[in-house]
Amino acid sequence: MTQSKPPVQASLFVTCIIDQFYPDVGESMVRVLERLGVKLDFPQAQTCCGQPAYNAGFWSDAKPLARRVLDQFQHSEYVVVPSGSCASMIRVFYPELFHEEPESLQKATSLAKRTFELSEFIVDVLGVTDLRHLSGDVAASESKKITYHEACHLRRELGATTQSRALIRSLPGIELVEMDQAEVCCGFGGTFSVKYPDISGAMLQDKLDRIKATGASSVVACDCSCLMQIGGGLEKGGSNVRSVHLAELLDDAIGKTVRPDSRLG
Amino acid sequence: MQPRIKQFPQLAAAALKDEQIQNNLLGLYNGFHQARIAASEATPNWDELSDRGRAIKAHTIDNLDYYLEMVERTVTAAGGKVFFAKDSDEATQYVIEVAKARGVKLAIKGKSMVSEEMGLNHRLEEAGIEPVETDLGEYIIQLADETPFHIIAPAIHKSKEQVSDLFQEKLGTPPMTEISDLAAEARRQLRKKFIEADMGITGANFVVAETGTVALVTNEGNGRMSTSMPKLHIAITGMEKVLPSIEDLGIMLRLLIRSATGQRISSYVTTVTGPRKSDDEDGPEEFHLVLVDNGRSKLLADPALRESLYCIRCGACLNACPVYRKVGGHAYGWVYPGPIGAIVSPMLTGLSDGKDLPYASSLCGACKEACPVKINIPRMLLYMRHQLAEGDNYPEHKTAPLGEAITFKLWRLSLSNSLSLKIFSGLARLLQKPFAKDGRINKLPPPLSAWTNLRTFPALASRPFRKRWKS
Repeated sequence: MTQSKPPVQASLFVTCIIDQFYPDVGESMVRVLERLGVKLDFPQAQTCCGQPAYNAGFWSDAKPLARRVLDQFQHSEYVVVPSGSCASMIRVFYPELFHEEPESLQKATSLAKRTFELSEFIVDVLGVTDLRHLSGDVAASESKKITYHEACHLRRELGATTQSRALIRSLPGIELVEMDQAEVCCGFGGTFSVKYPDISGAMLQDKLDRIKATGASSVVACDCSCLMQIGGGLEKGGSNVRSVHLAELLDDAIGKTVRPDSRLG
Repeated sequence: MQPRIKQFPQLAAAALKDEQIQNNLLGLYNGFHQARIAASEATPNWDELSDRGRAIKAHTIDNLDYYLEMVERTVTAAGGKVFFAKDSDEATQYVIEVAKARGVKLAIKGKSMVSEEMGLNHRLEEAGIEPVETDLGEYIIQLADETPFHIIAPAIHKSKEQVSDLFQEKLGTPPMTEISDLAAEARRQLRKKFIEADMGITGANFVVAETGTVALVTNEGNGRMSTSMPKLHIAITGMEKVLPSIEDLGIMLRLLIRSATGQRISSYVTTVTGPRKSDDEDGPEEFHLVLVDNGRSKLLADPALRESLYCIRCGACLNACPVYRKVGGHAYGWVYPGPIGAIVSPMLTGLSDGKDLPYASSLCGACKEACPVKINIPRMLLYMRHQLAEGDNYPEHKTAPLGEAITFKLWRLSLSNSLSLKIFSGLARLLQKPFAKDGRINKLPPPLSAWTNLRTFPALASRPFRKRWKS
C-alpha cells in the first residue's frame, strides 16, 4: 500500500498542550505516522495556534501567534494536528480571523486546505482505515473494552465523525463500546471551564457517568483538551478508567514499535 | 420584562442546585432533542429544505424594508391595521390604547414571546385589563408569576406536583395527580375566559407579506380560539417574522414544527388574514398587527449579527445545548434563553449588561448543528466576546476586566517564540513544584482551585515534546 507510492511528507503541529503537558501523545503520533510510512518534520519554532485568546475575544493577541503558524507551515505539503480543536482553529477560524487582511487570508486559505486532524490525516489523506496489518505481532490475548468521546470541534467544525471510529474498530483486541451521548460536550471549552467551573463541572459529571456506564477501561478522544477535563475528573473521582488519546491507543496496538530511522530522540 | 441578565452567574448557580430543575432538564435530550433528529432524518432532503429555509430568511432580512411595506399594504387591504412599534413601550401603549378605546376588560392571550419582551401582562393589569394566557404552559407560569423557561415549553421546569399545588393555591382546586386532570381543570377555567373575553392577543410565528396573513402554530387550538372568538384581535410579533409568500410559509412551517417538537405538523396551524369578512362564519370584527423592532434594528445593522434575525424560535438550539440543559431558561435572565438567547438577549437589552452570556458557552457547536436555518451561533458568540474584549463596533460596551487583558498579553508573550516559551515554561515548572506530585496537580490556590475542586490538573512534563525530537 503506502510502500508502493512515494512517501507522504507531513509537518507536525503538535499543539502547545501536547508539547508541554502530554509529550507522550506526541511521541505516539510520531511512531504511528512513521510506521505508516510518513516522512515527518517538526518546525522547531512552533508554539501555539492562538485559540485561547481567539475564543476569549482577544483577537489582537491571537493574530501574531496565528501569523507565526501561517509562516512556519507555508511550505508544508501537509500539516498534521493531533487535536480537532487546534486543527479547527487553523482550518476554520484562521480564514475568519484574517477575513479583512488579504495577505494573511491568502496564506490561511492555502494552509486550511493542507491541514488535517490526525484521524482525518490517516483515513482521508493516507487512505488507511485498517491498522490490523501493523499490529500482527501484538498479542491480543483478551479483548479490551474502550469507549470513545467525540470531541466537539472535530465533529462540528471539521465534520469528522467516522474516521477515528473506523480506526478504533480495526484494532484487534479492542472492543469499542459506544457511550450514551458520546457527541455531547465534556464541558471543557477552554476559558469556559475557568469562567464557569461549576457549569463545566456539571457537564463533566454527566460525561463521567456515561463513561462509567459502558464498563470500558479507557476513554479515547482525539483532543488532549477534552482529555485534560475528562481525565482530571476521572482521577479526582478515584476512577480506574484511563483517558487516552487516539494516538496512544493506535501506538499501543502496533506495539509502540519505532522505525530505525525515527526522528524521535 | 425587566432584564436580569446581569445576574446570570448567580441564577445559573441556583439552577444547578435545584433538583427539580435538574431532573426536568434531563428529559430534554431524549425528548425534544431526539424527536427533532428523528423528524429531520425522516424528512427527505432535510438538508436542502434547511438551505432553502435559510435562503428565504436571508433574502427577507436583506430586503426587510420592502417586505414590511408590503405587509402594511396587504394587511390594510384585508381590512386590518398595522402598527410599527420602535420599542416595547410603544407597542404596549398601542395595545392598551386600542383596548381602552373598545372598553376591554378581559383579554385572552395566545403564546407570544414579544409580549414577554413587553412585560405586557403586568402592563395590562395596571391598565385595569385582565390578561389570561391560554397556552397551557403560559397559563401555568402566569399563575406562578414567572417567565417562560423555554421558548416552546414555557413551564417545562415544573413537575405535575408543583402544578397541582399551584392550582390548589390559585384556583382552589383539590390536589390532582394525573396530568390529564390538570389539563382538564385548565380547560374548564379557560373556557369561561374564552367566552367572556373582549380581546384576543396573539403572537405570530410568521407573517406572509404577499397576502397579509398571520400564521400561528399551536398544539392546543388556543390560537384559533384567541383569534376568532373575541371581537378584537391584536397580533404582536417581531419585525423579522415576515416571509415573502405562502410558498415560503409552507417551507418554514415544515422546518419550524419538526425542529420544535419533532411533529410533522402541529395539531393546529391557524392563519388569519384581516378581520372577519361579510361572508365569514366567524372571526374578529377588528384586526391589528403590531410589528415590533425593540432593538432588532441593531442586529440588522451589524453584518456579523444579522443572521440572528433568521431565527424562527423553534427552540432546537436550547434542547441541543449542554449548557442550557444544565442551567435552564431562567438563568439567562430575559425572554430568550439558550444559545440564541445568549446573542439576542444582550443585544436587545444592552451588550455589557449581558456580558456573561456570550461566555456561557463551551463553543461546542451543538446549536449550529441543530438549527434548521443553519444559524452559526458559535461564530456570533465569538464576535460578541471580541467586541466585549477589544472590539471597535460597540466601544461603550468594551468591558473585559483589565486582569484578563493583561493575562492574555502575558500568555501571548510567553508563546511569541521558542525562546520565550522556554523561559516561561521553565518558570512555570519551578512554580508548579509545590503542587505537583507524580505528574499530577491535585490542588491549586484560588482562583484556579475552581478547576481543581472537581478535576486534577496535569503538571508540565519534565521533558516537552520539542526536546524529544531529533532535529
